[in-house]
Amino acid sequence: MKTATELRAAYLSGETTPEEIAQESLAVIAATDSDIHAFLDVYDDVAVQAAKAAELIKEKGEQAPTLCGVPIALKENILVKGKRATASSKILDNYICSYDATIITKLKEAGAVLVGGTNLDEFAMGSSTENSAYGPTKNPHDTTRVPGGSSGGSAAAVAMGAVPVAIGTDTGGSIRQPASYCGLVGLKPTYGAVSRHGLMAMGSSLDQAGTLTNSVADAALVYRIMAGKDPLDMTTIDDTTYPKVEVKEKYRIGVPRDFLREGIDPDVMEAFEHNLEALAKAGHEIVDISLPLFEKGLAAYYIVMPAEVSSNLARFDGIRYGVRAEGESLLDVYQNSRAEGLGTEVKRRILLGTYVLSAGYYDAFYGKAETLRSMMRAELAEVYKTVDIITTPTAPTPAFTFGAQGDPLSMYKQDIFTVPVNLTGVPAISIPMGTVERDGKALPVGVQYIAPHAGEERLFDLGIRTYDQR
Amino acid sequence: MDKAQIQHLGMLARIKLSEQEVDTLATEISSILEYVSTINSLVDVEAGEQAVGPVHNVFREDQITTPSGTHTADMLAAMPETDGAFLKVKKILDQSH
Repeated sequence: MKTATELRAAYLSGETTPEEIAQESLAVIAATDSDIHAFLDVYDDVAVQAAKAAELIKEKGEQAPTLCGVPIALKENILVKGKRATASSKILDNYICSYDATIITKLKEAGAVLVGGTNLDEFAMGSSTENSAYGPTKNPHDTTRVPGGSSGGSAAAVAMGAVPVAIGTDTGGSIRQPASYCGLVGLKPTYGAVSRHGLMAMGSSLDQAGTLTNSVADAALVYRIMAGKDPLDMTTIDDTTYPKVEVKEKYRIGVPRDFLREGIDPDVMEAFEHNLEALAKAGHEIVDISLPLFEKGLAAYYIVMPAEVSSNLARFDGIRYGVRAEGESLLDVYQNSRAEGLGTEVKRRILLGTYVLSAGYYDAFYGKAETLRSMMRAELAEVYKTVDIITTPTAPTPAFTFGAQGDPLSMYKQDIFTVPVNLTGVPAISIPMGTVERDGKALPVGVQYIAPHAGEERLFDLGIRTYDQR
Repeated sequence: MDKAQIQHLGMLARIKLSEQEVDTLATEISSILEYVSTINSLVDVEAGEQAVGPVHNVFREDQITTPSGTHTADMLAAMPETDGAFLKVKKILDQSH
């Protein structure tokens, strides 16, 4: 499918219409989604939305809102009034949203056609979309492999050509890693850049919504619509929160060499080295940097995140909404509803979080992890005095086959390069950096660029020059 | 982490766990805790005051921003069991005491 930017031009020139594109989107879903399983729900009013968008284009021409008639898929942990949002959990199987997330209000105002809710690891906990209560999503590049996760359905929806843009959420890499596995551009904005109001909270100090697209220009386009201060999310930032991050002609790009010495697939590392050469050839300066604390981020993440998960998921108890399991007493109702409604990975993280927050352990775990986070922020600030952008591979491997990451810890290590970004709150983007061959198939792999806080425009600038204009 | 501890955590988190779940979780959570404990060798300061970043939660004024009843019907429709405009739950007080 055309990019959002191309679609707008095609609508304005009369080459095609929002109705035709909506039909194309639904046709792709009908033809391929029984195999891929990117979508949990396809909305029943897509044609109505498209007709409205077509009217607007006819009436207003160039004055029509930016995303008028652009089909967008949404990770199903984002609330859309009147639609189902399961978060891929049985406990929310029957949950119909009573309000719009702030980003949904903004996308609607921008004229987007909301196509449906996409599959995810239950409550966004996982790196493969295998943890969905509704079955896994397959990678459109090789259906024996996972699309990554947790925004695997959103990534697959774009990769299979059903939509040009999908929205995901990223708590520890859940947009960037599936973007890497599916050959897409994945943006995790600065913490607070995009409102979290109406997203189902996982790790409240880490969560951000962002985009999965085929071009960096589309990521920028949609990001600029979604970003901004929101009175309904007090952690949202404005232009004055952080110092301005300048766009430059040539960038000094830092490579944390010590971090890249082990645990990375050799083919991924080769693609990464090629990318560094291309950057140098384009005139950017590549320098080695040292980020010793960044390397320990994963351990801090698996304390902070489960702690926040155990608090945030306490609300899913079968009382006020969702699926209730019966029991003798109120306590039984709680325990049975959560036993039946929540999946294994979710239970594991809730228990882990309950443990690290319990009296006597709080200081040893959560307290220390938060201290480490502060130290990581300081370390990063020091490094950004000497470089403009930091780069790593997005994930240590290409997409793996179903069931390949047998134990929880090996799955967690998929996120080694992405979690430090969430812990420190900086923005990062994953951009395709080529393919590696596995079993005769070309599997995409991504490079991650990390900017200082509020440095999205710098990421877009580098990305558009190195990828869109390749 | 032994089985009794896992069962206790399950109770605290209000999740009924099967025997098999307790077995697996005891092994898995132990190995995850061993991994995350590596931060102890990095952070030698006593945990306590942590610097909060420039972005942190603040509370808004406690004011009603939507007219009464705006969301009532939607909220009631989402409830598993209702009685008129009330949410119905199991009784929590035993009348025999």
